[in-house]
Amino acid sequence: MSIYGRGLRGLAIVTVVTISTALVLVFFYAPLDADQGFIQKIFYIHVPLAIVSLCGFVLGGLFGAGHLRTGERKWDMRSYVAIHMALIFGVGGLITGSTWAKASWGHWWEWGDPTLVSFLIVLLLFATYQPLRFSIEDPERQSRYASVFAVVAGAFVPMNFIVVRLSQEFVHPRVLTLTGGNLPGPMRLTFVVSLAGIALLYATLWKYEMAAKNARGQARALRRALLGDDAVRPLGRSAAPS
Amino acid sequence: MRTALTVLRKDLLLELRAMETVPAMVLFAIVTFVIFHFGLNRATIEGQLAAGVLTVTLLFASMLGINRLFVAEREQGGFDAFLLAPVDRSALLVAKAAALFTFLVVLELVAVPAFGLLLLGPPLGPRLLGLIPVLALADLALAVIGTLVSAIAIQTRARDLLGPVIGLPLLIPALIATARGTGPLLAAHTSGSPPGKWLAILALYDAVFALLAYALFDFLLED
Repeated sequence: MSIYGRGLRGLAIVTVVTISTALVLVFFYAPLDADQGFIQKIFYIHVPLAIVSLCGFVLGGLFGAGHLRTGERKWDMRSYVAIHMALIFGVGGLITGSTWAKASWGHWWEWGDPTLVSFLIVLLLFATYQPLRFSIEDPERQSRYASVFAVVAGAFVPMNFIVVRLSQEFVHPRVLTLTGGNLPGPMRLTFVVSLAGIALLYATLWKYEMAAKNARGQARALRRALLGDDAVRPLGRSAAPS
Repeated sequence: MRTALTVLRKDLLLELRAMETVPAMVLFAIVTFVIFHFGLNRATIEGQLAAGVLTVTLLFASMLGINRLFVAEREQGGFDAFLLAPVDRSALLVAKAAALFTFLVVLELVAVPAFGLLLLGPPLGPRLLGLIPVLALADLALAVIGTLVSAIAIQTRARDLLGPVIGLPLLIPALIATARGTGPLLAAHTSGSPPGKWLAILALYDAVFALLAYALFDFLLED
């Protein structure tokens, strides 16, 4: 059994340093946007949250494929934690995006922005992941079905983005592409550091949850070995793999 | 392939004898048109609005079929029998998707003329030829995703709930393409041929998810 706690402290320290640097850059280094002023700075948290969350969903699909190929439970656990964390980041991305839309366009919601709309669709799909797991009782079948879902939904993410983008007659000018687009230098540096910070945060939280879940599983196994089966209360039905 | 044909024949025969799913889907679609008439408070509709009404109606009617798709297998031990038989398991996916596709075609043979009669403003006749490729590709998407989702949902406790909840978001790209592809066809003035862009997107969607479903379906049957 792998130990997920190893290296967690170092990773956490790097994460804290990177996020602090990113915050300093956001508030003291990056210039104010000429059009939008101060509110544009939410971009440095919103866009990284959304990108990391989408990558987390795809990662969950890859881990799910690993589970289907090997049949080992640890891959299912990895897939579950990746999707679980990506959902939390995704909700954060949606809320910050909505806030930005309100401040800059005057509406909480803007159908004209294909990225925002595709993101909502992806989030709606992944919102069914936990209910699906919860409603399958047999743990072995639960993990198998969840992995099938994760693979299909992971492939759905890029597909959905292509279609929604094509469905807009007027696409908003893309300030941001994955290559940095046409952001001026200081803004791009700030953005890249913020993206790294959020990605590190995702990695840390993923590792932390894996470590916690593993430790709990091992503790239960030890208690059962030392004190007998009766000493360990059976787990309640849960969406999480155990 | 022979296995798939046998199972497909079984499903079609069952539907022909019992008349359970398809009549319900047809009735549901026609009732939905009536509801749209009152809901929109319009005697006739055209263009993108008409395309939306048609797409949404067909989608929701197909949900009835998707929910019923594996019920007989589950309740009467068809899954166990199929697993015991020395046959390729993907045959079940092919057969079920083909059965669902057939149901949808029959549904549309009735529902589309009914739509032309009840709601559509411009005459349906000259638009029919253009509608066929769009609807055929949309049916393929519904059949593939529907079979996959139905196979997942049938093994859950809340099976009628989870099917649509997982299926609808998964189908959104196909529905966007269907609605946008039929919109220009149902407008007052139309060239009569569907936009190639949306046909291509539908075909791509069908191909990607058909391959995925083919690769993953085995895992839903193991026991």
